[in-house]
Amino acid sequence: MEATVQQFPPYREGEAHGHDEHGHHEPHFFTKYIFSTDHKVIGIQYGFVALCFMLFGLFLMLMMRWQIAHPGAPVPALGPLLEKILGQPAAGGAISADLYNSFGAMHGTIMVFLGVVPLAFAAFGNYVVPLMIGAPDMAFPRINMASFHAFFLGGVVMLVSFFIPGGAAQAGWTSYSPLATTIPTDGQAFWLVGMVLLITSSLLGAVNFIATIIQLRAPGMTWMRLPFFVWAQFVTAFLLLLAFPPLEAAGLMQLMDNVAGTSFFLPTGLAIGGHMANVSGGGSPLLWQHLFWFLGHPEVYVLILPAMGIVCEVIANNTRKPIWGYKSLVYSVLVIGLLSFIVWAHHMYMTGMGQKIATFFQATTMIISIPSVIILTCLFLSLWGASIRINTPMMFALGFLPMFGIGGLTGLPLGLAATDLYLHDTYYIIAHFHYVVAPGTIFALFAGIYFWFPKMTGRKMNEFWGRVHFWCSFIFMNVVFLPMFTQGAKGMLRRMSDGGVNYSAARVHDAIDVLPVSVMEMNTWILWGAVALGLAQIPFIINLFWSIKHGEAVENDNPWGATTLDWQTPTPPPHGNFETAPHVVRGPYEYNAPGHEGSFSPQSDPPAHPSPHEH
Amino acid sequence: MDIPYTVQVRPDTGLYNAKVGIWLFLASEMMLFGGLFSAYILLRVGTPPGEWPHGWLDVRFGTFNTMLLALSAITTLLAWVACKVGDFRKFKIFHACTLILALSFLCVKMYEYHDKWIHYEIELKDGRIADGHLVSRTSDVVVIEGRYVTDKKDLYDLRSQKNIPHDEITIPRPEIVKMQNYGPWHNTFTAIYFTLTGLHALHILGGCVVIGYLWGPGSKMWKTDRARFTNRVEVSGLFWHFVDLVWIFLFPVLYLT
Repeated sequence: MEATVQQFPPYREGEAHGHDEHGHHEPHFFTKYIFSTDHKVIGIQYGFVALCFMLFGLFLMLMMRWQIAHPGAPVPALGPLLEKILGQPAAGGAISADLYNSFGAMHGTIMVFLGVVPLAFAAFGNYVVPLMIGAPDMAFPRINMASFHAFFLGGVVMLVSFFIPGGAAQAGWTSYSPLATTIPTDGQAFWLVGMVLLITSSLLGAVNFIATIIQLRAPGMTWMRLPFFVWAQFVTAFLLLLAFPPLEAAGLMQLMDNVAGTSFFLPTGLAIGGHMANVSGGGSPLLWQHLFWFLGHPEVYVLILPAMGIVCEVIANNTRKPIWGYKSLVYSVLVIGLLSFIVWAHHMYMTGMGQKIATFFQATTMIISIPSVIILTCLFLSLWGASIRINTPMMFALGFLPMFGIGGLTGLPLGLAATDLYLHDTYYIIAHFHYVVAPGTIFALFAGIYFWFPKMTGRKMNEFWGRVHFWCSFIFMNVVFLPMFTQGAKGMLRRMSDGGVNYSAARVHDAIDVLPVSVMEMNTWILWGAVALGLAQIPFIINLFWSIKHGEAVENDNPWGATTLDWQTPTPPPHGNFETAPHVVRGPYEYNAPGHEGSFSPQSDPPAHPSPHEH
Repeated sequence: MDIPYTVQVRPDTGLYNAKVGIWLFLASEMMLFGGLFSAYILLRVGTPPGEWPHGWLDVRFGTFNTMLLALSAITTLLAWVACKVGDFRKFKIFHACTLILALSFLCVKMYEYHDKWIHYEIELKDGRIADGHLVSRTSDVVVIEGRYVTDKKDLYDLRSQKNIPHDEITIPRPEIVKMQNYGPWHNTFTAIYFTLTGLHALHILGGCVVIGYLWGPGSKMWKTDRARFTNRVEVSGLFWHFVDLVWIFLFPVLYLT
């Protein structure tokens, strides 16, 4: 064991009690909750706003599923309200094709950029990472605040765009040009401005996270003693830092196309509505796709890596033994980070970019599945021979494993160009990536909420309703997404506002390969599955707020008996986090390790029997 | 509560926080401009042969601006060195030079933009194209200082066309089919030119704000926390060098090729 402690002199001499000067006066509401620079408050701000956006994204999904199952029929109960708020696009309380397109585009945008990423990366990262590495706060607290404000503003711009004439963006969350430029409403311009704000926010966040992890690790917290969650956030931050800017460049160019009349993505000879477009042409629609997916694919790992980190922490804690293959996990996550930059064009096999290029990206795509499988295998093997402690966070973490497995394995046929040509843009791909993100990542996020809730509030969430929430979510997630594999394999295309009626056996009788009745009926099951999934979130929402005041109070600061530093703080952690600066002496997952007393050894507990090498 | 290593360097990394932060930020900036440069490449190789513009920008202005930024890089470095050796007066002088050079750069850039803005390509009913700078326009006629070409191709490569005679041309409005200035909408070259240099100019402007703050109101910190102030000068200087470096790529890519 290295004697790292002595190498770190106090960073400001004579100010050892700097903490006191803040402790006496109660900050004003605005400085405490709106303009806070405390990483924990910012984490909770991010978490709360992101959960609200996810609920809104769920609502958009329900509206779309109704329209798919009952094309053109007025939405029950909510129809008149929709018409009142949105006017013409929701005429008669039904969802028009334009409105369906808006909802589809905004469901994707909101869930990815305003829901899952802010919750997985910004909320958990902000709250947990500084605690885990033993830091008093983030490296740049004010930049941290600015990051949240940019995020919030971006969210407001996205929401406002629903109420402008013509409504929100309609060109899908991928916003392919020239469609995104030729739709004659301003929704896309709002979308782009909103995205620039969100990208700014994630840039500020990413810089902050990386600098914090590099600079503010507590004495003794060497790289290989970092909890896996911190590693996952570290790689995620690099992905955001380096993959988002090209989309910002693309966003600026599309904004120029939309408002300044340039032709970055508009080809020569573009005709709109039967007339030649009044643009110079010469642009490249493929350029947009390349720049978009250069972000878009690393973004997939931005969605999944923090989730893997959370699951790893929860599993290590509840199997009560060291995580299996810590080093393999770390190297795998690094390899994923590197490879994720050279797989993007597997989203573009259908564009005719050439077979040689397709072959290259097919190869890298197959290679990147290896480290992903290693991570999942390590997590599975950690369960082997453990006396597993079952609680709500653990159930969500265990639910994550097979669900992410399904999502990952069904991606393989999409990564191979030959099979992708058939499956591209069908419901199969919808099912695939939703298995990765919805019962995958979102389950991990629920695990994280149930797991760290006691640290944030000093109370546990209700266990019974947590299990109800888990089982209902688990069942209905599968009711929603499993049939989509069949629908896609049968050829049902995504993004159709009529849910495929025009290609169904009911509409065209004698054609070959029409969608059979059985496939069309699945739309109804999915609708009711989705409604039930929405209802299953009610116990969670009530539980979340009720438990803040009335949950079972924790008996000590470390109710789960965890080893990482985030549990070695007062509950909830005060401004500045630690009562005494922690000194790390061991790895992150020393549960029931031979030669240690007790069932777990926190990273900062001094060794009971100093090894003979130490003096 | 104090954040560790805001001023002192961390022993094992050898860096203070802001320096890590600025390098990460610059890495991200690299990807931002990288995205735009790759757009430039894709647009250029996708242009039909002979239609990518050459010689549309005045190399003299570009060279002059390059010199301005190169000089400002030197004064920025010297301003930081002055802080390091404790000579506040020299810091003020050198960074005043930086600011003047940067603002001069923006003025030259503005003149170049204006020159493109009043440069019109006018398609006429007889099939000819009148091309030149706007002198005046009324509801009846448009007067430009320029020339006629019969083939649009003659307008693309201006490198070989030295000393083109320019005359004052008066065009009656009814003769005009289409009149368009050399704004971003003109073609993909002007689009990427305005976007790249516009974004770069915004970075120059941002740098001016930061350096201006450190030179003016922010320089009070020299008296209270000298080490931290010097770090600020260093970090803003790193940003400034990056902005200069982007121009070193923009100049050949847009002006010389």
